[in-house]
Amino acid sequence: MTLDGLLQRHGGWLESGPDEGPVISSRVRLARNLRDTTFPGWASKEVRNRVWNEVVLAFDGVPDNGSFLRWRMDELSTLDRDLLFERHLISRELAERQTGSGVFVNEDECRAVMVNEEDHIRLQSLQPGMNLQKAWEIADELDNALEQGLSYAFSSKLGYLTACPSNVGTGLRASVMLHLPGLVLTEEIKPVINAVSKIGLAVRGLWGEGSEASGHMFQISNQITLGKPELEIITNLEQIVLEVIEHEKNARLRLMSKQEIRVHDHVGRAYGILANAALMATGEALDLLSALRMGVDLGLTPNMVRRDIDRLFIRIQPAHLQKEAGVVLSPEERDIKRAQLVRKFLEGK
Amino acid sequence: MKCDLCDKEAVVHMTQVVNGEMKEVHLCEEHAIAQGIDLNSPISITDILMGLSGPQKNIAHELSLACPRCGMAREEFRKTGRLGCPDCYKTFMAELTMAIKAMHHSGQHLGKIPAREGVQTKVKSKIARLQQDLEAAIAREDFEKAAKLRDQIKKHREENTPDDGSKK
Ligand SMILES: [Zn+2]
Ligand SMILES: [Zn+2]
Repeated sequence: MTLDGLLQRHGGWLESGPDEGPVISSRVRLARNLRDTTFPGWASKEVRNRVWNEVVLAFDGVPDNGSFLRWRMDELSTLDRDLLFERHLISRELAERQTGSGVFVNEDECRAVMVNEEDHIRLQSLQPGMNLQKAWEIADELDNALEQGLSYAFSSKLGYLTACPSNVGTGLRASVMLHLPGLVLTEEIKPVINAVSKIGLAVRGLWGEGSEASGHMFQISNQITLGKPELEIITNLEQIVLEVIEHEKNARLRLMSKQEIRVHDHVGRAYGILANAALMATGEALDLLSALRMGVDLGLTPNMVRRDIDRLFIRIQPAHLQKEAGVVLSPEERDIKRAQLVRKFLEGK
Repeated sequence: MKCDLCDKEAVVHMTQVVNGEMKEVHLCEEHAIAQGIDLNSPISITDILMGLSGPQKNIAHELSLACPRCGMAREEFRKTGRLGCPDCYKTFMAELTMAIKAMHHSGQHLGKIPAREGVQTKVKSKIARLQQDLEAAIAREDFEKAAKLRDQIKKHREENTPDDGSKK
């Protein structure tokens, strides 16, 4: 399957999400490096190419290796790299790398292995909804399979050795993507973020570059990677995320009981703009879709299902729009296409 | 004499301090440059080669600033916060240990171990975990549990100490 084939699909991790309102998906990432080998950021092209080839060979030991597609960054256009980034299959950092850097993605997009990002290997496992345990099991399994063909840099004291000391130990970063419009609207998001940060977890906006959260999407992840077994890190994160979900659900209930008319107005206006605008920037679209998504959760928009909106979140992004159009578009042309795409979708409902 | 990092002829010879131990270092031109040694500066290179340089200690300190495997200078590591290779963990151990403790509130891995690692690594890891349980037991004054853990640790240590024949 080519990258264009990927575009026709909806991303396995969005495809079958359990009915869990605020939760989008769960992700587990493992950082691994090869023994006696310079880390990618400091390595020569020769070393980076050798690492890529070693990983290619190691994939032979992965039981269902035939279901993985692979691309090297230096053979992809900027647009294709952006597409992979928008689908959460590669990081911004990998998209900007060249020689020896690349990615393996399995067909349902639930597993991806980035090669020569900050570390030699960044293995990722994505699951729809709240499913960290399963994401971990799948990542662990893939890690075991790859490890048969690779010698990892490991110390009995510091665990897996990584290019940045913040990842040392388990090399594990677990995260959950959450949609938290209730907490944003009730202005309770800041105290929640502060509380979560205080107990050693990180909260980031999901879209956009900085910490500013477009579309009221947030990612909560562990920061500590050393000194705890993987399952303990995951269980801790899971407990906190469940609490945040509780807060979000309560915030929505309070909004509906005390300010139902305002919530209705908020969702209705979002719908009105989405259904009628002729120009729409990404940030605006994300925020309006966020309102619509909450409307679906609260039963205010009976014709719509959340999954369709979740797909739109992906499809309205610049690289996706341009791949779909088959041409490179100027920002204004993109805003026109974006508005068209959303209008068409809503007319079909 | 050959370069420590490759097969080329070494042109720079010096003393380096690694983990508090003095070590002789011999480098080719290319690797000397990679280590941040300025070959164009007539004073330093001549001085080093002729052994006419200032206080030995000073040089030793200067030269301890790079990783012998990958050549990353401490300066570079400080600037980026990223290491050059797995060996950098040994090279920059002193400052890394502190940074890692501050970041993770721990200095001991308790997670997964690659299957390729030997029995020794697994035993060390097992003992580290028991040690942590022991400290926790003592902290909550569960001395019965602590005693059991202490015995377990002792047993593991004895079973895995290579027999040097001095006993019995
Ligand atoms: Zn050399
Ligand atoms: Zn190094």
